[in-house]
Amino acid sequence: MTTETLIWLIPLPPLLAFFLIVLFTNKSKALSHTIGVGAAALSFIGSMVVFVRALGVEHLGESPFESAVNWLPTGDTWFRIGVLIDPLGAAVLFFVAITILMIFLYSVGYHNYGQPAGDHDVKGLPPHGATITDEHGHKHVVPSVEPMYSRFFAFLGLFAFGMYTLVVSDNLLTLFVGWEIMGLCSYLLIGFWYGKPSARDAAVKAFMTTRIGDVFMLLGIAFLYSATGTLTFREIFTEETLHALASTPAWFGMTTSGFIALLLFIGTVGKSAQWPLHVWLPDAMEGPTPVSAMIHAATMVSAGVYAVIRMFPLLTADYTGHGLTVTMSIVAFIGAFTALFAATIAVAQNDIKRVLAYSTISQLGYMIAALGIGAYVAAAFHLITHAFFKALLFLGSGSVIHGMEHGVLHTGNHHVDPQDMYNMGGLRKKMPITFWTFLIGGFALAGFPLVTAGFWSKDEILADAFGHGHLAVFVTLAIAAFLTAFYTMRQITLTFLGEPRTEEAKHAQETPWTMTTPLIVLAFFAVTYGWVGIPEHFPLLGGLVPNWFHEFVGSTLAEHPEAIEFNPIPLLTSIGVAGGGLILGWLYYRNVKSVSEDKFQIPLLKNKYYFDEAYNFLFVKPAYWFAENIVYKFLDKGVIDGILHAFGPFTQGTGSALRNYIDLPVINRAIGDGSAEITYWFGGKLRAIQTGRVQQYLMLALVTFIVIGAALYFFVLA
Amino acid sequence: MVPLSWYLVFAAALFSIGMFGVLSRRNAVAILLGIELMLNAVNINLAAFWRYGDVRLMTGQVFAIIVFAVAAAEVAVGLALVISVYRNRHTVVADEIDMLKW
Repeated sequence: MTTETLIWLIPLPPLLAFFLIVLFTNKSKALSHTIGVGAAALSFIGSMVVFVRALGVEHLGESPFESAVNWLPTGDTWFRIGVLIDPLGAAVLFFVAITILMIFLYSVGYHNYGQPAGDHDVKGLPPHGATITDEHGHKHVVPSVEPMYSRFFAFLGLFAFGMYTLVVSDNLLTLFVGWEIMGLCSYLLIGFWYGKPSARDAAVKAFMTTRIGDVFMLLGIAFLYSATGTLTFREIFTEETLHALASTPAWFGMTTSGFIALLLFIGTVGKSAQWPLHVWLPDAMEGPTPVSAMIHAATMVSAGVYAVIRMFPLLTADYTGHGLTVTMSIVAFIGAFTALFAATIAVAQNDIKRVLAYSTISQLGYMIAALGIGAYVAAAFHLITHAFFKALLFLGSGSVIHGMEHGVLHTGNHHVDPQDMYNMGGLRKKMPITFWTFLIGGFALAGFPLVTAGFWSKDEILADAFGHGHLAVFVTLAIAAFLTAFYTMRQITLTFLGEPRTEEAKHAQETPWTMTTPLIVLAFFAVTYGWVGIPEHFPLLGGLVPNWFHEFVGSTLAEHPEAIEFNPIPLLTSIGVAGGGLILGWLYYRNVKSVSEDKFQIPLLKNKYYFDEAYNFLFVKPAYWFAENIVYKFLDKGVIDGILHAFGPFTQGTGSALRNYIDLPVINRAIGDGSAEITYWFGGKLRAIQTGRVQQYLMLALVTFIVIGAALYFFVLA
Repeated sequence: MVPLSWYLVFAAALFSIGMFGVLSRRNAVAILLGIELMLNAVNINLAAFWRYGDVRLMTGQVFAIIVFAVAAAEVAVGLALVISVYRNRHTVVADEIDMLKW
């Protein structure tokens, strides 16, 4: 099979799995997860083959794997869609395939496959546990299997299809199609436990918020198509097209290319949960944890950053190297601001998944900021390392929650929130695999120097910001990095270190192999993936391993980005903030026994700067008011119903007029009854000749014959 | 040879006598007799036209024979009807057999 054919086939298995599970196998849990995981494995194998082949191609940047077909007739030309795997695509495909497969596998354990059905579990709510009796006659409460197990794998399959489509597509339109499929799936999966009102609200919130960005993205796509006549990346990124776009002024002092890039970027702001559209992501934690990992690490939010990385040539088309363009400044500002802003909120959150959600927003802000200052490779590098360690952290947190739920089932006290970190503590002894992998993931997130992947990618962004003289961005990101290390250590300390704070935490249990295997695999990459991108000028380590990532992904661009000169300041900053944050976090939180002792529970941070309340006041309330008073009461009840209600009497009036003046007198009386009366009258008169006497009839016939004959003779013949 | 018009006048006279009988006689049997007369007047016409027209064409004769046959059948049916009516109504006067009126 040629590589191009293989690329076409990569997204298909999950889609097939989706249809198979939905249409045929949803009654059988075992068959459904076999199909789901099998499809993910097939796509994984395909992706790895493509990745390995891509490594073997020299100058993949100039001659990538690509193949396209005519799709939509547009006048006398065709709109072509196709697949493209260039170095960036290959690198993204690599991490997407691994994380998706891991998440599929993890879901099997997370949804308690193999456990008995719950005592009173209902569809649309998380399982509540099942009571079993062992051979000694003791009753135990054990986790119960998810009632909608098959459906979950179907949705995950569709989600995976969306992501693969997005990664392999060679044009913005199919990228957008994959993007929207994921939007739908995120809605379905966040609202997976639709029996919970909070999950329903979160699903709607996620869908609506990302929709705002998507509308702008669609506008950007339309603008781009009308300006260039093509949406295929490699046709847009030619020098002539970019130059033409960059030299045409648009509005607000931006060039056309800058304006289009900004519109597309707003789509990313929604999808990657950047300020001010970040509000949906923490609430999306209502979904099952594999979904959180899927949305927050491997696929959807990464897709937003991936789209900006993809459109990087457009973003920087009018960038001369001296002073950021308007668009780039906006991008850099939003990224840097989000990075710091979300990190501060994360410090005050107690829900283990919410901390990670804000951490994700913050880390995505890093990547966006990197793109804003033109650090293409650093952004892609951080995207991939982040995907690994954040997927690891999410799955790890899922494992922790799962272990805690074990404890909750054991004690039977359902008022204990298994996600609240202040209910945990000391879990390192109960859940060693989860602890060590979570520790690796947490250190990678914090940027623990030298060994973790997060250090190398974060350091590269900081070095880029410093090296290109964007000091404001550099300082903001450095502070954010410090906070990241701090809240990560806070999380690890509260969850795993010290002594158990509740009875439930004492009875937590390690999770099954289907959940720990993905953790170990992802932990491996969370460490080693950093080593492929060690800068060449790095003291001691630089040059030991070639900076493969920079060479490989950098070659995607027409102008190969230059590696930054080594400078000790960003390196020391990086080490300093990471180490400092980790140590301070440990020193402070190892002594915090309960939530009331935590000095960082500042109401402003705890309530996320009141963004939800502000949006509620500014947008949701007015929208409800508008819907209630303008649309419902005025437009619908007043105008539309008014018109309809006017139609009723008008029609009735017309009807009764027609009935009284036309139907009754004319049709019924005159025509209907009249014709009958005339016939009756004639019958009465004429029946006198019906004597029954044959001879009279004959006589009459004779007379008639003679008369007619005479008449004929006179008037016709004569 | 006797001219054709003589036959026609004779047939017309016979037909008129028959028709007068049909219209004026009260006895149903007599009405049937009148009908026979009218049929035979027609037969005379048919035979005369055959003889004075193209002798090789047999149509006139054939037609006349069919009329005989029909007349015979008609008389048979007619007399049977008259007898049947008489049995039911004890009359053969046409004016009194007037059940088919309004």
